[in-house]
Amino acid sequence: MSKINNAIYEIHHIDQIASRDQWMNQIHPLVKLCLTIIYIAVTVSFSKYDIVGLSAMAVYLFIAFHLAELSFRDALRRLRVVLPIVCVVGIANPFFDRVPVAIGVFHVNAGVLSMLTLMMKGVFAVLASYILIATTTIEKICYALRLLHIPTILVTQILLTYRYITLLLGEVNRITQAYALRAPNQKGIHFKVWGSLTGQLLLRSIDRANDVYDSMTLRGYHGEFRYVGEKYRLRSQDALYFIVWIALFALFRKIPILIVIGNLVGGLFA
Amino acid sequence: MHMADALVAPAVAGTMYVCSAAAAAYSVKKVREENDPKKIPVMGVMGAFVFATQMINFTIPGTGSSGHLCGGMLLSALLGPYAGFLTMIGVLLIQCLLFADGGLLAFGCNVWNMAFYGCFIGALLIWRPLMRRGATKGRIILASILGCVLTLQLGAFSVTLETMASGITELPFAIFVSTMQPIHLAIGFVEGLITAAVLVFVHEARPELLYGVDDVQKMPSKFSFKKTIAILAVVAALIGGCLSLFASSYPDGLEWSMERIAGTTELEAEGGIYEAASNVQEATSLLPDYAFKDSESAFGTTFSGIVGGLVVVVLCIGSCYIFKFFRKKKTA
Repeated sequence: MSKINNAIYEIHHIDQIASRDQWMNQIHPLVKLCLTIIYIAVTVSFSKYDIVGLSAMAVYLFIAFHLAELSFRDALRRLRVVLPIVCVVGIANPFFDRVPVAIGVFHVNAGVLSMLTLMMKGVFAVLASYILIATTTIEKICYALRLLHIPTILVTQILLTYRYITLLLGEVNRITQAYALRAPNQKGIHFKVWGSLTGQLLLRSIDRANDVYDSMTLRGYHGEFRYVGEKYRLRSQDALYFIVWIALFALFRKIPILIVIGNLVGGLFA
Repeated sequence: MHMADALVAPAVAGTMYVCSAAAAAYSVKKVREENDPKKIPVMGVMGAFVFATQMINFTIPGTGSSGHLCGGMLLSALLGPYAGFLTMIGVLLIQCLLFADGGLLAFGCNVWNMAFYGCFIGALLIWRPLMRRGATKGRIILASILGCVLTLQLGAFSVTLETMASGITELPFAIFVSTMQPIHLAIGFVEGLITAAVLVFVHEARPELLYGVDDVQKMPSKFSFKKTIAILAVVAALIGGCLSLFASSYPDGLEWSMERIAGTTELEAEGGIYEAASNVQEATSLLPDYAFKDSESAFGTTFSGIVGGLVVVVLCIGSCYIFKFFRKKKTA
């Protein structure tokens, strides 16, 4: 499948799973958005050597994945963008930070430890974002953004961009396919047609935007996009979900919970 | 250049969120002032256009590799800096949410590194001044390449600073910078060429779509030469007077290198010429080592900052007048 087809498939797929009638999908979008941002902030705030403390943050991911009935394989595919960047930045750590650190009976370089925590942070943040987008449609996220007083211009523009992405991706796909059929054995677009090929699409897009504006005006649009989907009320279970997770994040951040549990279990058998 | 969440500390992410939010708030105000309801649908469709065309591989002749379009520069050349900036925010948010390209926490950093420089610096400092005398093929190509190269360099440098400030990598700053900047120089050049090709096509087909091409000529300059000089003088005095108080007492880069090599920051030279030059310098320098003679006070540092700033301003004005004088003479 081509890169563009892949992108179209991914957008449709995420749209589909986010629109399911599922318990996690019913949680208020503002709760999920704030929780995701707080989770990522807490995760990246761990010290670069605190691998044990950081591991406890995986609890949220396991439970949320289970509750939302999400495919772990789909989520892992999203790491292909982030992991290489994180690896490039973290790969130097073992060479520059050679202080030996003891983890139980093992001795490792502090740099190796910081590289591992960096990778874990990257993976956790991507998975947390995936939980958000796979259980919340873009319309609901935009609704949450409006509740956070993000200006209407910005939110409307995000919604419109999202709506037109699949349309334009389809058009780009047709153009590049037609070009590839006329220019076999050629990788990409030849520099002689860089301007005309993309420029034609650009002019068509602008004309389309004008048509969109005309049709919106006919339907009563006067500069303010009023559609934000159905109104969502904050239920008590949404508030409870939020409070429980925030309390757990605070606990994981302050107390090395894995070590405490380990000592407790070890003490029982001692 | 999209930054992942793992690469930023919460404090850095928060700071960049505030900076980007300030730029976004200003842009929203400016777009509202334009009072053009047609603009929002155009922004939406253009955002989708940039997103879609960034998937096209443009073959770079002779290399076998491919490049992409520079979204920030293209949007600001078509929509203007403010609408372009807001559109880029939408594109970056969708990239982040749907394709995990950039993180939610690092979103403020990504907006700053890619949208702010691309739209504000690219449009206001490069595109607009170059189009002031009307758009030609050459000027469009120059503006596109210069804009893409400069904004990408600034973006890459910001990525380095944000990562270093977050304390994420053990990589020394010099190595990190020297890896990031040259790569983005090449990328910027290629992206500039592709963007130029599209904008030249638009200029030939529908020139009225380009931002700042005809309206700039009609608009009188907001700041006269005298006003600009006055502002520069105030800024120089402020920087020199206030910020010099915070000047580090540690050696600067060159002094540090000298200390490493020669064991001292001040090299001693012997000989008649050196002594004579040293005597002249001693007699003429009012504020040796940025302070009054035989004084170490902060007031002395501030005073020397103000004096230095004023001298630079006078030199700049002087050279401008000399330049003008010779130009007039040449045209006469």
